[in-house]
Amino acid sequence: MTTAASSLRSLPTLAALTAGLMGLALLLAFFVAPEDADQGISQRIFYIHVPIALTAYFCFGLGAWKALLLLWKGDERYDLESYVAIHQGTIFGSLTLITGAIWAKASWGVWWTWDSNQLVLFLTLFLFYCAYFMLRFSLPEGARRARSSAVYALFGVVLIPISFLAIRLAEDFIHPTTFTRDGPQMTGTMFTAFCVSWAAVTLLAYVLYRVELAGKRLHSDLRELREALE
Amino acid sequence: MTYLSDVAALTRKDLRVELRAQDTLPAMLLFVLSTLVVFHFALPEGTGSDAAYGLLWVAIVFTALLGLARAWVPEQEHGVLDGLVLAPCDRSAIWVGKSLATLAFLLAAQVVALPAFALFFAPLDAAALAGVLLADIGICAVGSLMAAMASAGRARELLLPLLLLPLSIPLVVGGVGAAISTEPLRYLLLLVLYDGIFAVLSWASFEYVVTE
Repeated sequence: MTTAASSLRSLPTLAALTAGLMGLALLLAFFVAPEDADQGISQRIFYIHVPIALTAYFCFGLGAWKALLLLWKGDERYDLESYVAIHQGTIFGSLTLITGAIWAKASWGVWWTWDSNQLVLFLTLFLFYCAYFMLRFSLPEGARRARSSAVYALFGVVLIPISFLAIRLAEDFIHPTTFTRDGPQMTGTMFTAFCVSWAAVTLLAYVLYRVELAGKRLHSDLRELREALE
Repeated sequence: MTYLSDVAALTRKDLRVELRAQDTLPAMLLFVLSTLVVFHFALPEGTGSDAAYGLLWVAIVFTALLGLARAWVPEQEHGVLDGLVLAPCDRSAIWVGKSLATLAFLLAAQVVALPAFALFFAPLDAAALAGVLLADIGICAVGSLMAAMASAGRARELLLPLLLLPLSIPLVVGGVGAAISTEPLRYLLLLVLYDGIFAVLSWASFEYVVTE
């Protein structure tokens, strides 16, 4: 319980740092970065949409990594960590789909297009991880639930490359490719704004992860104490 | 060798249970045929055969789901799974046995469904058939594991499609591609890759899913 308390203590500082960095990122994205010659103002959502999407992938990856640790080491605390990471992943995933739809409407004129590999891949993965919660809340609490959830979470990271291959086979060239093998196709300030914004969103995800984890841990500690009292 | 004979015994058990009870296979057969008839009315006049191939894959996936939803019911209802887990055999053999039995049911249903499809809608060439076979293997391998997970839950029939449908998307892409593409080979390779990776993953993780 002491660990839960001490991890709570550093949270306000981290949260303040996140808020500051987020403000800076928005400032850079809206006022400093140059206007895109092609897409105009709507391109600025890029500084929010792409970091959120990357963060969502990162959260899913983290969840799968914690799941692997659970199966490997058998330590029960990884179960909660994996669950919280995937939960954050779906939250950022929903935001990705929403911001992506807004951007698509502004620059392609449609809310959704099946012609883009990234969109279809992301939707597949998002649906997959939504089912994770159905699985988890349907199983009775215990070691078997922890391990079943972990196995399912692991399937997700394997699904990413396979789905990518599958979707790639049904090819297209519509999505703007910003990162090519020759490095990012952006000017210096654009790239700086993007990096700051990416750092801010990642930090935000981390803080939310810590808050949720601390809350869930306190909840389970409290329940244990209640059970001990009865 | 003992592993193989364990697998053979487990598969035989499932086939024999089905032969006596006839719970699953007749339902799968009737389901896939009714689906094809519904498709006739769902496809507008002059849609072309490409759309029909797509719908065939919807029918195959849902028929497999129907079979998989029943796959662990006898184990669950009579506490057989506990016995199997305690049996002196490798636990992954239980998964292999179940996958093979489900695959046998699915293939049996398709022996009727695919000629019916060719008769009603459009012909199937060798590549399309290879695609069906490879996708069957993948869906039974992954599906048996997912069904085992779902069978412990409260809403197992409800849960299984949710777990399996996102995982079956690459199979549908491969299967439809093999049926309609002029170069089906890369779609078949995708299916082989999927089968290999997910079969190994399911084989390795089955033990975690069934033990307390």
